[in-house]
Amino acid sequence: MPAGLFHESYRSDERIFQTWFVRSWLIVFLLGCAVAPWLVSKYMLSILIEAGIAIIACHGLNLLTGFTGQISLGHAAFMGVGAYACSILNGQAGVPFVPALLGAGAVTALVGMVFGIPSLRLRGLYLAMATIAAQFIIEFTIRRWDRLTGGVEGMYVEPGKLGPFYFNDHIHLYYLTFILALAVTMATKNIVRARSGRALVAIRDRYLAAEVIGVNLFKYRLLSFAVSSFFAGLAGALLAQYLEVITHESFTILQSIDYLAMCIIGGLGHILGGIFGVAFWFILERILEVLTTMLNSAFPNQVTWFVSLREIVFGLVIILFLIFEPDGLAARWRTIRAYWKLWPFSY
Amino acid sequence: MPNEFLFFMQFFLTGLSMGSVYALVALGFVLIYKSTSILNLAQGEIMMVGAYVCLSMTLDFGLNFMAAFAVTMVFSVLLGLAVERLALRPLIGEPIISVIMVTLGLTYILRGVVIMVWGNDIRQFNIFPQEPIDLWGIKLTYLYVWSMGISLVLLTFFAVFFKYARTGIFMRAVADHQTAAQSMGISVKRVFAISWCIAAVVSSIGGILVGNIAGVGVDLSHIGLKVLPAVIFGGLDSILGAIIGGLAVGVLEFLSAGYLDPYIPAINEVFPFIILVLVLMIRPYGLFGIEEIERV
Repeated sequence: MPAGLFHESYRSDERIFQTWFVRSWLIVFLLGCAVAPWLVSKYMLSILIEAGIAIIACHGLNLLTGFTGQISLGHAAFMGVGAYACSILNGQAGVPFVPALLGAGAVTALVGMVFGIPSLRLRGLYLAMATIAAQFIIEFTIRRWDRLTGGVEGMYVEPGKLGPFYFNDHIHLYYLTFILALAVTMATKNIVRARSGRALVAIRDRYLAAEVIGVNLFKYRLLSFAVSSFFAGLAGALLAQYLEVITHESFTILQSIDYLAMCIIGGLGHILGGIFGVAFWFILERILEVLTTMLNSAFPNQVTWFVSLREIVFGLVIILFLIFEPDGLAARWRTIRAYWKLWPFSY
Repeated sequence: MPNEFLFFMQFFLTGLSMGSVYALVALGFVLIYKSTSILNLAQGEIMMVGAYVCLSMTLDFGLNFMAAFAVTMVFSVLLGLAVERLALRPLIGEPIISVIMVTLGLTYILRGVVIMVWGNDIRQFNIFPQEPIDLWGIKLTYLYVWSMGISLVLLTFFAVFFKYARTGIFMRAVADHQTAAQSMGISVKRVFAISWCIAAVVSSIGGILVGNIAGVGVDLSHIGLKVLPAVIFGGLDSILGAIIGGLAVGVLEFLSAGYLDPYIPAINEVFPFIILVLVLMIRPYGLFGIEEIERV
C-alpha cells in the first residue's frame, strides 16, 4: 500500500483504483487504446482486434480455471458455439446484431452448463477430461451438422451492423471489441470481488471446507461455467466477425490449449493475468514472425520454420513459466511494483 | 455362418486389434499416473516422435525394421528420462493445473521439433504385406493381427512384471504410498524415472503400430487424446482397467462405425468421447478405479 493513503470510509476502501496516480495512468491507457486505430497500420489493427478477442476469452477461462479451479481444455470449442450461434442468429434468422451477440453468449452459456453438470461429482483431472470430451463433441457437431454450420467448408459470416456502424470495417470492429473487452474486464473484476467471487475462490482452495461454511458447490460451479462460457461466446461471436468465414479449424483443441497457456503465463487467478498473458503471447508471436521472416530470407528452402519455431518457443515459454514463475506475469508485476515503491529502503 | 454375425465379427475383431494398441498407450498413461500422479497429455506426441524416429530409421537410413525398432526403443528411453528430469521433477508438489500444463507445453515442443525435422507430410511404412488374411470369412490385414499380437505380448509381459519383478513391485509400492515406500528404502525418484521410460517405450511401440495402420503424420498425436476415454473408462489408477478400457473403446469405436454410420456419418470419431462423458456421469472414478471417499 502506498504511503499516505488513508481510507476514511468503506466506500473508499472498496475502490478498485485507489490512488490518483493509478487512475490517471488508467485514463492515459484507455485514451491510448481509443486513438490507437488512427495511429497504427492496418495489420497492427487486426492484431489488436485479435488481442482484444483473446482478452475476453481469457477472462472467461480465468474465471473458470483461475478462480474456481476447474481446468477447462474446451474453451475454444465454446467460442466456436458462440461464433456459429451469433452468425446463424444474425445471418440466417435475421436477428439484429446486438441481440444476436447476447443470444450467442446465452446459447454458449447453456452449452457450457450442460458440460458443467458433471463437475459436481468430478474434480481436477477428471473434469479436465470432461472438458476435452466437450471439445471433441462440439467440434464434431460443427463439422458434421452441415445444414446448420456448413460443415467442413465453413460458413460465411454476415457482417453485423449497429446503426451507422458496420463491423466488417476493422476500425468499427476494433471499437466494438475494445468496449466489450473493457466491459468484460470490469464484470470479471466485480464478480471476483463480490460474494460470488469469494465463494468461487473458496471452492478452488478447499471445496469441502467451502461446502461446510455454506457455499452451494453445485450452484457456484455451474455459475462459473455459465459466466465463463458466456464470455467465450461473446469472444467467439467477435472472432466470427473478424474472420468473416468460420470453419471448425478455428476452434480446435490446439486453440483451447493456447488460451489456457495465455492465462497461465499471465497468472491464473488475477484479473490482470488475462491481459498480461494475451499481451505477452501476441508480442512474442510478432517477434517470432519477424525472426522467421529473416530466417526464411536466409534459408529460403525451409518453409516450415515459422510453424516449428513458434511451437518450440511457446512450449519452452510455457514450461519455463511454470517452473520459474508459476503465478505468472501478474505476480511478477506485483513484486516489481512493491520493490519500486519501497526502493531504496526495502526492509 | 450367417451374414449378420460375420459383419459383427469383422468390426469386432478390427476393433479389438485397434483396441489392443489403445490399451498399450493407455497403459503408459496409467503407469505415469499411478506412480507420479501426473496425467501425461503429451503421450500422443511421444507416440508420434517414436513413430517418426522408427520411420526415418527404416526409410532414410535404410536400417531393417528390427534394428530401427531397437534404435527407437533406446531413443524413447532417453526421451522419457529427459522429460522426467527436466520438465516434471521441478514441479513435484505443484497444483494439478501446472503439471497438466507442463505436459501440454511438451506437446508444443515435440510437435515443433517433429515439424522442423520431418516436415508436414504424411508418410507410410511399408513393412507388412497388404493382402488381408481370410479368417473364416472375416478379413483382417496382417497389420491388425500383428498389432494385436505385439500388444498382447507386451500387456502380458507388463502384467507379469508388476506381479513378480522387483522393480515392478517397487513401482506398485510407490503408487500406493510414496512416503511409506521411501521409508522402506525404495528410491522414489528412480521409480519415477523408470515409469516415464516404460511409458515412453510403450507409447512409441503404440505409435509405430498406429503409424503402420494410418500413416505417420502430425495427426498421429490425436490418438493420444483418443486414448483418454479408454483410461477414464477403466479408471485412471488401474492397470487392468486401462487394458479393458482400451479394448472396449477400440471395439465400441469400430462397432459404432459399423452400425451407426448410416445414421450419423463418421460418428466413430466422437463415440469414445460420448462414452467418456457418460462414464464420468455415472461412475466418475472409472470402472476399476479407486473411489476416493472424503470425509470432513
